This record gives sequence, C-alpha cells and structure tokens, in this order.
Amino acid sequence: MSDVSIDQPLASGSAPQPRSVSLHRPRLPRWAPAAVAAFAIAAGCGTGLGAGLSSRVQWGLIAAGLFVTVMYALATRVEGRRQATDRLATSLVWVCFLLAVVPLVSLVWETVARGIKVLDGNFLTHSMAGVLTIQPGGGVYHAIIGTLEQVGIATAIAAPVGLLTAVYLVEYGRGRLAKAVTFFVDVMTGIPSIVAGLFILSFWILMLDFGYSGFAGSMALAILMMPVVVRSTEEMLKLVPNELREASLALGVPKWRTILKVVLPTAIGGIATGVTLAIARIAGESAPIVLLVFGSQVINNNPFDGAQSSLPYYIYEQWAAGNDASYARAWAAALVLIAFVMILNLVARGIARWKAPKTHR
Amino acid sequence: MAKRIDVSGLSAYYGTHKAIDDISMTVEPRSVTAFIGPSGCGKSTFLRTLNRMHEVTPGGRVEGKVMLDDENLYGAGVDPVSVRRTVGMVFQRPNPFPTMSIYENVAAGIRLNGGRIRKAELDDVVEKSLQGANLWKEVKDRLNKPGAGLSGGQQQRLCIARAIAVEPQVLLMDEPCSALDPISTLAIEDLIGELKERFTIVIVTHNMQQAARVSDRTAFFNLAGVGQPGKLVEIDETARIFSNPSVQATEDYISGRFG
Repeated sequence: MSDVSIDQPLASGSAPQPRSVSLHRPRLPRWAPAAVAAFAIAAGCGTGLGAGLSSRVQWGLIAAGLFVTVMYALATRVEGRRQATDRLATSLVWVCFLLAVVPLVSLVWETVARGIKVLDGNFLTHSMAGVLTIQPGGGVYHAIIGTLEQVGIATAIAAPVGLLTAVYLVEYGRGRLAKAVTFFVDVMTGIPSIVAGLFILSFWILMLDFGYSGFAGSMALAILMMPVVVRSTEEMLKLVPNELREASLALGVPKWRTILKVVLPTAIGGIATGVTLAIARIAGESAPIVLLVFGSQVINNNPFDGAQSSLPYYIYEQWAAGNDASYARAWAAALVLIAFVMILNLVARGIARWKAPKTHR
Repeated sequence: MAKRIDVSGLSAYYGTHKAIDDISMTVEPRSVTAFIGPSGCGKSTFLRTLNRMHEVTPGGRVEGKVMLDDENLYGAGVDPVSVRRTVGMVFQRPNPFPTMSIYENVAAGIRLNGGRIRKAELDDVVEKSLQGANLWKEVKDRLNKPGAGLSGGQQQRLCIARAIAVEPQVLLMDEPCSALDPISTLAIEDLIGELKERFTIVIVTHNMQQAARVSDRTAFFNLAGVGQPGKLVEIDETARIFSNPSVQATEDYISGRFG
C-alpha cells in the first residue's frame, strides 16, 4: 500500500488542526506496465527501422532503455517517488531477466532448428564408418556410446570418492587435515579441463605407456567431477539438522549407522541432484577428450582399449570438416548433447522431488 | 529395570570453558527428578553428561563419575553407544526423522541398532511404545504416514515413544514441553506420571509449576555470573524445595525475586 499517516488525533475537536489524511494514493492502472512495454518495443523497432540499425540487439536495447525510463517517469508523475523507485527496481529486474533468457532461448532455438534436419533414427543408430565427411548420412551412435561409457566410468570413480570425502569433511573432519582437504577441493574446482587432460596424458599415456582410450578420458573427467560432487554433497549434509544426528545417537545408534541410515537418507535428494548436475557438467567437456580419447569414426564398445569418440569431440570434428553435410551433423549432435544434459537435469529434479523429506499429512 | 544414578564430582567443559563445576547428586529409581535454574546454568549440559551425549559436541569433555547402579559411565572400556541404549533422551524440539513414517520412527531405535526382529514382534513393540506415549489412538490408522506430518505435541510424544521403544532404564528429558501448547504439555505431564512406574526420569524445565506438578525431587542449579561455571545449589524433595528450601537463592528463584 502507499504511505500511511496515523497522526490523526483520535478525539477530534479538542486537538489543534487535524491534517486531513487519506489512505488513497493515485496509482497507475494494472495494465500500465504491459502498455509501456508494448510502446517501448514498438518504439524500439521503429527507431531501429528508421535509423537503419542492422543489429536486432540494438533494437532490443533501445526498447529496454525506453521501457525503464518511461515507466520511471510515469510513476514519478502519477504515484510519487517511493512508488517510482519501486517501479524502477521492478522494471530493471524484468529487463535483466529478459537479457539473461534471450541468449539461452536463442541458443536452444538455433540448435533445434538446425539440428532437427538430420536428426532421425538412422542418425542415432549409425556411426561414421565408411561415410565421407562431405557425404550426407552417417550418425552419432559411436559418439553416444563413447560419451555414455566415458561419463559412466568417470561417475563411478568420482561419485563414491566425492561422497565419502564430503561425509568425512562434514561428519568427522576436524583440524588441519580437514582444512587441507577443503583447500585442495577448492583448488581442484578451478582446474581448467585442459590441464586435467594434460595431467592424465603425461601420467597415463606418456609415463605409464598406455594407449589412447575412453578410460583415459574418464580419469580426466573424474578429476573435474570430484570437487563438484564434494562441494554439493557437503552443502547438502550441512543442511541436515544436528538434532536428527543427536536424536539417533541418543537412541544408542552408532555414529556410522547414524550417518548411513539417518543423515544420508535425509540429504539423498540433494546429493543425487548434485551428482547429476556434476555429470551434466562433464558430459560436455571436450578438451580432455581431444587429448586422451583421440576420436574415431567407428564404433568401439570397449572403453579400455583403443580410440573412441564422444559427443563433444564429434561436434568439433564435424565442424572442422567444414562442409554442409558435416555442419548439419555437428548441429544434430549438439542437439543430442543438449537433450542428454536436459534429461539428466530432469532426472535430478525427479529424484529430488521423490526423495524429499515428506511433511504432508 | 529402572536404575539409580549416583553422580560424584562431575565437571563438564566446552573446550577450555568450564560449563558445570563439581556436581554430586543421587537420582532415585522410579521417580521423577526435575532440574530448575536460570538459563545458562548448565542444567542441559549436566543432563547430557548422564548419557554421554555431552562429548558429541565438539570440544565437549567430562571429569568425574556417574554411577548407574554399580557401573561408572565414564569408566575405562565403557562404550558410549551402549550407555545411550540404557539411558534414553527426549529433546527440547520434537525431532522425528523426516524420511521415516510414524511406524519407522518408533522402530528406528531397534532397526538402526541392527536388531534382527520378526515383523510381528516389531509391530508389538511399536504398538506398546505408542500406547506408552499415549499416541496410539491418534495414529493407529496412519502408521505409514510421515512422522513430520503430526502436530508439535504429537511429534514430541512420537519422540517419547521412539525413546521408550528401545527399553531404556533411564529417560532424560530436556525441556520436553517448552515448544508445546498447554494441552499438549498436559498430555506429556500425564505421560511422565505414568512412565515413572517403569523408568527413572530426569526432566529439565524452565516452568516451575511443571517441576512442582510432575517431580518427586527437584534440583536447583545456579551460576555465579556470566562466564562462570554452573553449580548445583541444592537438591531435595520437591515439596520442601517449593515450601521451605534450605538455601536463600533457591527461595529467591522460585518466588521470582531472583537477581
């Protein structure tokens, strides 16, 4: 509501000059923001056309600026300063929201529009074996297999290690060791993926003399994934109220069982979400894959032996081939990768909702 | 099955801070002993030393002896886990396990301890414990609903049922009614009256009427000043503490003339 003055005397008559007070203030109609937005967009497009500005981004920025200023000016005139400030903040929030959403939506739109052309059953179930890059046809099957195996192995390594590290930090870690672990986890979070790739390359392939393989890529991905899992799990475990731990301990339950049966189940929804998001993050990594997995045109089901492909690598490779057929395949593979990440996100949300502590009656 | 607790020369620390100093008292079996005193005087800390929950807090440390019949809880080779199975605890805020149903909450102590028990037997224990906590009638048709969906008073009785399901000898209650409305409080006070037939009960309370209503003996704790350790001022029959205490500070506290 608007400013309320309650200095009107209760016993009227005796007091000097009661200032007349109304609780009503003039307000802009509910449709005003929508109308101003429509006007701003029209004006933005008009100015853009008239001045011959080629970039649509400029049109949008003009419209956004107009919207904010006109809203503020209008509100100042009609509603007063406090309301105008409120309107200003609201319009800025909306404009920033749109600025954030526009690239996201246009990215998805572009990928879907270009990728859908060659994305069909054939594309998903065939490899590039025997297909010349300038020919249409071929598919991503070998890359999907590679991504699934590499990401799967990386998760199998990183999730248990990360989970147990987080349990140590939250439930047991005291003093120097815990501080050191936290510090190194922080440092690991910042490791560029190419550095993780180079580390495994020099250690696994150059020093120990193993060949290029999906497994080598998995190890680099695991290095990238581990700190993310530790961090998110740690936060989730910290959210479990201490009272639950005490309640369990007071029942004579040993600490390890308390952690296993009370703390982890309470946090499992959030932990699963964190792990899934970490998987989604490494699924798109390309630098370590280029270094360690080598890339391949054919199906290699064995991640421990020989070159494989993966979706990010496949996109890079098809784009580098530089012709219409390979561009189309690159977009379709990008669409497949986005869909993969999106499905993982949905799964994470599903798990979080399914496992969330229930309070309804 | 109820046991006598005999405390002598007990001090508890948080890191270097001494929270309670040199407390000695006896808690009689099959009776209710109430702890009263101003905030920060170490009642809850003392209560938590009676089932070795104090040392769960980082930096928590205890000196002295707590004899449960003829066993020292702080003796060498005593397993804190088995101490806590013998001395149960109910907390200030109701804290049912949010991932578990009402049934699972009551069965938690047995199941989490890894006890192999037949379903029929477990059903029996759950029913008996819920009846013991005066909750059976209210929840018997929805045992599989989440425990966190009950009202505050029901949740606290669920926690009591959970605590008595493991058949402890002693039940410690840390302000069990402070988060509850008067009707739920009454239900829990009645329950305490029934439970003392079977258990030794120690209850911390800020409500002096409550101490007068439910307890047989009352202990008054006090502290000399901020940062000073809490001390036991006196312990006596409840009727005596509230009518004719032997220490002036006790009378000042219960008559509201404190400080």
